[in-house]
Amino acid sequence: MTAINPHGTSLNHAILSVLVQNRPGVLARVASLFARRGYNIFSLAVAPAEDENMSRITIVVDLESAPLEQIVKQLFKLVDVVKISELDPRRSIERELLLATVRVTAEERTQLFEVANIFEAKILAVGAEAVTVSLEGHPDKLDDFEELLAAHRIQELQRTGRVALPKLDRSARLRAVPTTQKGKVG
Amino acid sequence: MSNTNKITGAQALIRALEHEQVDTVFGLPGGCILPAYDPLLESSIRHVLVRHEQGAGHMAEGYAHVTGRPGVAMVTSGPAATNLVTPLMDAYMDSIPMVGITGQVGTAAIGSDAFQECDTVGITRSCTKHNELVMTADDLPLAVRQAFHIATTGRPGPVLIDVPKDVLQNEMTWHWPSDDEVADSLPGYRPTSKGHPRMIKEAARLILDAERPVIYAGGGMLKARAAEVLRELAELTGIQVVTTLMARGVFPDDHPLCLGMPGMHGTIAATTAMQKSDLLIALGARFDDRITGRVNGFAPDAKIIHVDIDPAEQGKVRRPDVPIVGDCRLVTEELVAAVRDLLAGGTTQADISAWKSRVSGWQEIFPLTYDDAEAGAALKPQYCLEKLRDAAPEGTIVASGVGQHQMWASLHWKFNEPYTWVNSGGLGTMGFAIPAAIGAKVGRPDKTVWAVDGDGCFQMTAQELVTATVERIPVKIALLNNSYLGMVRQWQEMFYDERYSEVYLSTETPDYVKWAESMGCVAIRVESPEEVEPAIEKANSINDRSVVVEFRTDSNEKVFPMVPAGASNDDVIVHPSQQEHRHHLT
Repeated sequence: MTAINPHGTSLNHAILSVLVQNRPGVLARVASLFARRGYNIFSLAVAPAEDENMSRITIVVDLESAPLEQIVKQLFKLVDVVKISELDPRRSIERELLLATVRVTAEERTQLFEVANIFEAKILAVGAEAVTVSLEGHPDKLDDFEELLAAHRIQELQRTGRVALPKLDRSARLRAVPTTQKGKVG
Repeated sequence: MSNTNKITGAQALIRALEHEQVDTVFGLPGGCILPAYDPLLESSIRHVLVRHEQGAGHMAEGYAHVTGRPGVAMVTSGPAATNLVTPLMDAYMDSIPMVGITGQVGTAAIGSDAFQECDTVGITRSCTKHNELVMTADDLPLAVRQAFHIATTGRPGPVLIDVPKDVLQNEMTWHWPSDDEVADSLPGYRPTSKGHPRMIKEAARLILDAERPVIYAGGGMLKARAAEVLRELAELTGIQVVTTLMARGVFPDDHPLCLGMPGMHGTIAATTAMQKSDLLIALGARFDDRITGRVNGFAPDAKIIHVDIDPAEQGKVRRPDVPIVGDCRLVTEELVAAVRDLLAGGTTQADISAWKSRVSGWQEIFPLTYDDAEAGAALKPQYCLEKLRDAAPEGTIVASGVGQHQMWASLHWKFNEPYTWVNSGGLGTMGFAIPAAIGAKVGRPDKTVWAVDGDGCFQMTAQELVTATVERIPVKIALLNNSYLGMVRQWQEMFYDERYSEVYLSTETPDYVKWAESMGCVAIRVESPEEVEPAIEKANSINDRSVVVEFRTDSNEKVFPMVPAGASNDDVIVHPSQQEHRHHLT
């Protein structure tokens, strides 16, 4: 399969896992920092973390727009940001969810099912003229799947943006920014 | 049944400010903040009633500039909060510790477009170091403690607390949080101050090895109260010092090693020394575009030691060879110790005498200069400022607006003490001078405070002289009136073919003397050179009320030297009378 990249995410990006205090406006703070400093976000996912007082924001950042070091340091200046880990894509597990409703005729439907089967996608709903599918997996896999879906008429498509955690076995592979560094934030 | 342990949120707010040792609040009441103004009547805190909320913010800044303590501004919701935005941004750009308190509509009305509602926290998010909407009265003391903690530690800055009206009205049980509670409530905020020992050693080595070193002292050295140790470092190594616009006074202008201000309108010696140096020791400075000129042409041969408490400043503009994150005073002390250790261990310092005499040569060839006024012509602003400087009582604080008069004040004044220069550097806020001077005078009532202002600036915030009169805060204003937005006029003359567009104000209107008198000031108009000194002498002798001295100055006068915007510092434009010496800079 040709390497395609509709979102450009594997070209020059970094994944930041940002642990923040779960407080009103914290997402707005992060978002407005990116907007104000001209940093681009490829995707962003946010949800409560293991500690209910904390949320984890997974941000895929565009390194064409700014050096990673500056992005991390500026993020650290936000009082609500507790910890930032840069996840090396080679050393992390990345997952994303895709939902799509595709217009298909009865004849095309089998074709679509075949593709879905290969990708281990789920058929969520089947109508006379449309099928809704979901696929969970590595974002690259979703990219490939999305390209094949485009052979049909995609009526609606929604992706969640990636979430990521470091791979289990090699804790050293999590390049956590040392907590002492946080202390230098003025 | 009333519980005597219970107090209102408003009482808690004022009590919390008292616990933070706030002696003065600058503000103006209104609907949503009304409850907080009631317990203020019983408080030891002085309230200075301003005429515009922007004035409250700049007064808080002026107060913080000269005392090092956080200035406090308290205003109501909506338009009052938006009027506070400019000072908040100003304080953010210049790292001024400040706490803003705004009223907000009741919690139930938030989001309903209620009367005088605005999204204050949203609006001020990018112009504060931190801000917080307080949703219950119980949270108020902690919110106040957090605000003062964040505003004054690490890289200082403005913090805003937005307080809904019902939060002020509701009852709560008073509890003053401990240091640990504050720390625990801010797990993401751990400012520390010690520099990395290995980096400090490396920096010390670079300092002794450098043949053309320059100390580039920025506003962070004032914030860190590092004037003394800066002097120690300079005298120990014999390295010359430039002081940026934000750092004027941190190193005495009359010290033989002082080169003055560098940058767009810096002295030739300061700007050129940086440009040609082989080592810049940047202490609490942020490589602002007004300092560097075109960045890729800035100090091309220089290695950089960059000491700053804000890690994000390292490498933001120029990649340092030795980055040191930490408090500027502590790090500079450690740097002095490391240099001493190396010297004691037998390391010798490179010979910098040839370099220093080269720099001194630039000082001699390119002193600050201006042409004398022709007989009968308008006054030269620099002349007025020099007379003002020479007659000023020792320790006089100078506040300034933004524009030509600001540059002339910074260049022609002799700042020999720290915390005597108050100006708007990063944001460049016209109208800063008068309210900032008032705030400075409140902070240092023992000192003479002169505001150097332009006529454009004066018209933006002059109404605060009413505040000064009514509140008995006597300040002195040197109004350099050239009837123009002078700096813009200068750019149009030099870079827009003398096509003057919307820069002429008026020679007749307003009548500044009448205006100043109507605000309760003594006012003096000065039009000829003979009148300059007597007017200044009179102004200095009046200490029971504010004085405005209007100097009618030459609108053709320009600030030199000047590095055109976007040009390299190598292409600095010298005063026309020094043009023939230009070759000394290549």
